[in-house]
Amino acid sequence: MSVIITDNLTKRFPRVTALDRLTVDVQPGVVGLVGANGAGKSTLIKILLGLAPATEGTARVLGLDVATEGGAIRERVGYMPEHDCLPPDVSATEFVVHMARMSGLPASAARERTADTLRHVGLYEERYRPIGGYSTGMKQRVKLAQALVHDPQLVLLDEPTNGLDPVGRDDMLGLIRRVHAEFGISVLVTSHLLGELERTCDHVVVIDGGRLLRSSSTADFTQVTQLLAVEVTDKQSDPTLDTDKALLEALAAAGLTAKADGGRVLLVEIKGEETYDLVRDAVADLGVGLVRMEQRRHHISEVFSYDQAEEETAHV
Amino acid sequence: MSEATTPALPEPRADVIHDIGYRHYDGPRLGRSYATRSLFTLSLRGSFGLGRSVKSKILPMALLAVICLPALIIVAVSVYTKLSKYPETASYPHYLSIMQFVIAVFVAAQAPVALSRDLRFMTLPLYFSRPLTSRDYVQAKFGAMASAIFVLTGLPMLIMWIGSMLASMDFGYNLEHFAYGLVAAAFYSLLYAGIGLVISSVTPRRGFGVAAIIAVLLISEAIAGIIYAVLHVHGHASGAGWALVISPSSLVATTVDWLFGLSSRGDGPHVPSDLGGFVFLAEILVIAAASFWLLVRRYRKI
Repeated sequence: MSVIITDNLTKRFPRVTALDRLTVDVQPGVVGLVGANGAGKSTLIKILLGLAPATEGTARVLGLDVATEGGAIRERVGYMPEHDCLPPDVSATEFVVHMARMSGLPASAARERTADTLRHVGLYEERYRPIGGYSTGMKQRVKLAQALVHDPQLVLLDEPTNGLDPVGRDDMLGLIRRVHAEFGISVLVTSHLLGELERTCDHVVVIDGGRLLRSSSTADFTQVTQLLAVEVTDKQSDPTLDTDKALLEALAAAGLTAKADGGRVLLVEIKGEETYDLVRDAVADLGVGLVRMEQRRHHISEVFSYDQAEEETAHV
Repeated sequence: MSEATTPALPEPRADVIHDIGYRHYDGPRLGRSYATRSLFTLSLRGSFGLGRSVKSKILPMALLAVICLPALIIVAVSVYTKLSKYPETASYPHYLSIMQFVIAVFVAAQAPVALSRDLRFMTLPLYFSRPLTSRDYVQAKFGAMASAIFVLTGLPMLIMWIGSMLASMDFGYNLEHFAYGLVAAAFYSLLYAGIGLVISSVTPRRGFGVAAIIAVLLISEAIAGIIYAVLHVHGHASGAGWALVISPSSLVATTVDWLFGLSSRGDGPHVPSDLGGFVFLAEILVIAAASFWLLVRRYRKI
């Protein structure tokens, strides 16, 4: 059964179109929603929670119509907003108990579920201290806990890794994986970083300017977007030689697809393990120094520029 | 003690925490009305600082003491001197109009507490992503604030009424005036809760809210008093009453006097005429209803 279905979903504000005929079908699992700031992610979440009406089109969450069954949806769905939403002067336990009761759990069940949920997201003794003293990582865990405390069937996580350091980011992504793998709760997680969602999600939906850019399983995505960034030095014996251009030619001759990204970095599509060897050989043959060779952490803007570049070449 | 028996098989130790994994919740989900009631109870307790830090208990509890203390003194004096009747100018509804500044301070201090926290810490989206609607939220908060004021205003009158029975005063008379007092308390509750909450819903800063509410409640009182006095001195006694329309506390006091035919405090302010009485009564109800409506509108777009 689909968790989220939207059909021609459109949301127009007086000045902007936030969502433009968006049609997606989200299956159970961890689904990433990727888009730059202002791409329409938050608007989509608001509509899915039944809090804002769509201008056109329909959407169903867990089989319920967002336009008429908002209340029933909000009983079964958890939501973690992007921004700060925690009062600093109460403890995590007090706050999550309160939110559990707001979800309709009786007082005793609310306390029990709060203790369970806070343990699952990794908050232990500190849960009795006021939230004001928590680190960003701990606050994000409290926000996740309040979204899970009523045992929803689906959670909507808006930029859960925002503001976290790399370790905190990995912890949060691991936790999100567990929400589905161990708790059996479907997840829709938004981010503007495609790279981190590739590792976490089963399926990724990319939207831009409210339009669906791409919706595919993570495996497909990785194939298309795995890139190797290569940067080389000038040739010492012949400083006038354009080594980038020479390397591009050499790589093309070796059967690789590569292009300059505007700076000194060349982006090479990874076809398999042998790509690394081919690049190394081409650089060695040219006799230049290799400054870097690294797998790219894709930023969403690259996917866009790639698509636009592809479209342009298609038109030419 | 377990060493004495020394069982062959090691018993499972009781002090080990087992990770039993994630458990799903299949108990009852009580829905919207339960959530609204919970929010109401929590906010009502919160208005007196109950369930919150010691610091936030100080002011509301002090105000509760301040409004009850004179009532206790009146009762004590009446019992001691065996009065047959409380002095009318200081009993039940008139007691409240004397103590109205305490009600105003309470509203100014506690109405922002009820709303500004959720605005300032942006907690509202968490409420509204649950079955609770923005209207339920407003209902719970309005109900809680009005109830808190009703407790504040009702308690001293309850003390007087109980005192009247201890002093063996006329039961019927005291019950009747106690009831008038409760009507006045209800008017204060609706009117002050409405004004206080509308003002605090505009600003996430508590300090601004406190100052604005104090200004509206006490300055309007002062201005009305001055206009009333000026008109009265210049011989417009009948028209002077209309000055009271801008003062919430005089509005309640004079309307209750008119409604139950109580002789107001001698020559003091009173409704301009029967028409004025109806207008004043309508004004109280309209302001209360309009502020509820404004709050619902304010919270719809979040």
